[in-house]
Amino acid sequence: MYFQPEIETMPHDQLEALQLERVRETARNCYENVEFYRNSFDAAGVTPDDIKSLDDIAKFPFVVKQNMRDAYPYGLFARPVKDVARIHASSGTTGQATVVGHSANDLKNWGDCFARGIAMVGGSAESTIQVSYGYGLFTGGLGAHAGGEAIGANVIPTSSGNTKRQIQMMKDLETDILCCTPSYALLIADTAIEMGYDPAKDFKISAGIFGAEPCSDSMREDIATKLGIQYCDVYGLSEIMGPGVAMECAERKGLHIAEDHFYCEIIDPATLEPVPVGEWGELVITTLTREVSPMFRYRTRDITRIIAEPCACGRTHYKIDQLRGRTDDMLIIRGVNVFPSQIEQVCVSFPEITAHYQLHLTTVNGMDQIELRVETVPEFPIDEVRKLEDLKNRLAAELKSNLQVQVKITFCEPHSIERSEGKAKRVFDKREGKN
Amino acid sequence: MIMQLTVFLQNEKGRLASATRTLAEAGINMHALFIADTQDFGIVRIFCDTPDEAAKALAEAGFRASLTPVVAVRVANEAGGLSKLLEFCDTQDMNIEYAYCFCVNNEAAVNVLKIEGEGVEAKLIEGGFATVSPEEIYAA
Repeated sequence: MYFQPEIETMPHDQLEALQLERVRETARNCYENVEFYRNSFDAAGVTPDDIKSLDDIAKFPFVVKQNMRDAYPYGLFARPVKDVARIHASSGTTGQATVVGHSANDLKNWGDCFARGIAMVGGSAESTIQVSYGYGLFTGGLGAHAGGEAIGANVIPTSSGNTKRQIQMMKDLETDILCCTPSYALLIADTAIEMGYDPAKDFKISAGIFGAEPCSDSMREDIATKLGIQYCDVYGLSEIMGPGVAMECAERKGLHIAEDHFYCEIIDPATLEPVPVGEWGELVITTLTREVSPMFRYRTRDITRIIAEPCACGRTHYKIDQLRGRTDDMLIIRGVNVFPSQIEQVCVSFPEITAHYQLHLTTVNGMDQIELRVETVPEFPIDEVRKLEDLKNRLAAELKSNLQVQVKITFCEPHSIERSEGKAKRVFDKREGKN
Repeated sequence: MIMQLTVFLQNEKGRLASATRTLAEAGINMHALFIADTQDFGIVRIFCDTPDEAAKALAEAGFRASLTPVVAVRVANEAGGLSKLLEFCDTQDMNIEYAYCFCVNNEAAVNVLKIEGEGVEAKLIEGGFATVSPEEIYAA
């Protein structure tokens, strides 16, 4: 079931023609209406007329988060404030807040993008959608809300918090689709179970659209099983729009980009050059229809890859893979780009070790040395040195094949690796010339 | 079978002292201690008469400690005591993963064996060997 079948299943060459036309419009909107872009295009010696094919976009300069901070509040707006229908802003926890404006058309397009995801999980005008994202400057709540309205569903704007009441409403109002952050979805599921319900059986809910924070595969599985639902991963960022930039269909092999609204590139964060389709790198987005806050080659710092293979769901729009982390986390080890999330993936595939780990980087004889410190699970037979050595060898071989870098494994005692959840420091870069 | 205490230690200065201090504070008296060491870590095997309590005290202090079933055999404290036992094990096709020995007094010694497989103790008893419990050894 599609929300906008004519667009969502458009042959990709037609879609590319549409993208080219819209990229030119966006470049013009940027160049003519935003001083920042005029200066940056001029400095790079390019004008909107230089875009003859989509590949020409790579000649244009990037825009980054700091440019948005510097332009606070309205410096990057391509429309006067009287044409702005709504403002959203990032939290600004890491510096000056960034402000993004939306025109009435921008908001309509946003609702359409999110509504496509609702259709991906089987939703329709018949559905009841509970939005448990926070409402406000944060784009989650109002973005999901707009999606629900666009598809004509019954929308319950519970916002986040007051979990027991959420669950009561979910049950009494027979919610079909829940939209919130994955961690909140898990809290809702666990609280419902504590209250004596089996949400998978007792509740009507059949799908969830979750995003706005990282989530491991095992946590996704946990949420899907406990609630008895189809899990849909949603990607978005307030700088570009909000949730709905890309959404995961029932095939669950990547998130379909709304390619009629966004042009996505993957670049090597070290060289800033585009990488071949399918390779991992930093996602760079150019908005194609945004009127108030157009973004031309915005560096998201998110690590993913483009999946161009046809999707069994019938949608022709290319997909992005599940995010692998942020470029800020990227390590260059002996010239190879390594993301801590890759190491984490290998770690969780070994049930013999715990999820806690640390990476220690040092310089030995002028060479980068990478050491992974892990703990065995309490059940591991520590009495058997052979089994420990065997585990170490298997882990090292798996890391070598995944990262193309030799990693030294050290087994640690339980107390020696920091336990704090979420923001635990995992990487210790003690190489010469670092810090 | 009797329970041996096994502790995983990082190869770092002071770790063994820290483990033994924890046991001392818990009032546990060790009778034998052996270390198998590798480049990065050591496996400490401890023979004491209250292994459960010892494992609990270590786990609470944040150590990775577990109990491992082993066979303890009392032999005469004289030349050939261990040799006789190991020859018997060999004839029975027993694969010994590791072993250590200590003297209890002038008359007796204890050989502790970690042997692969099941039914090992019964075979040893059948073969005329005196397997023992920790209480038995240290009661005197």
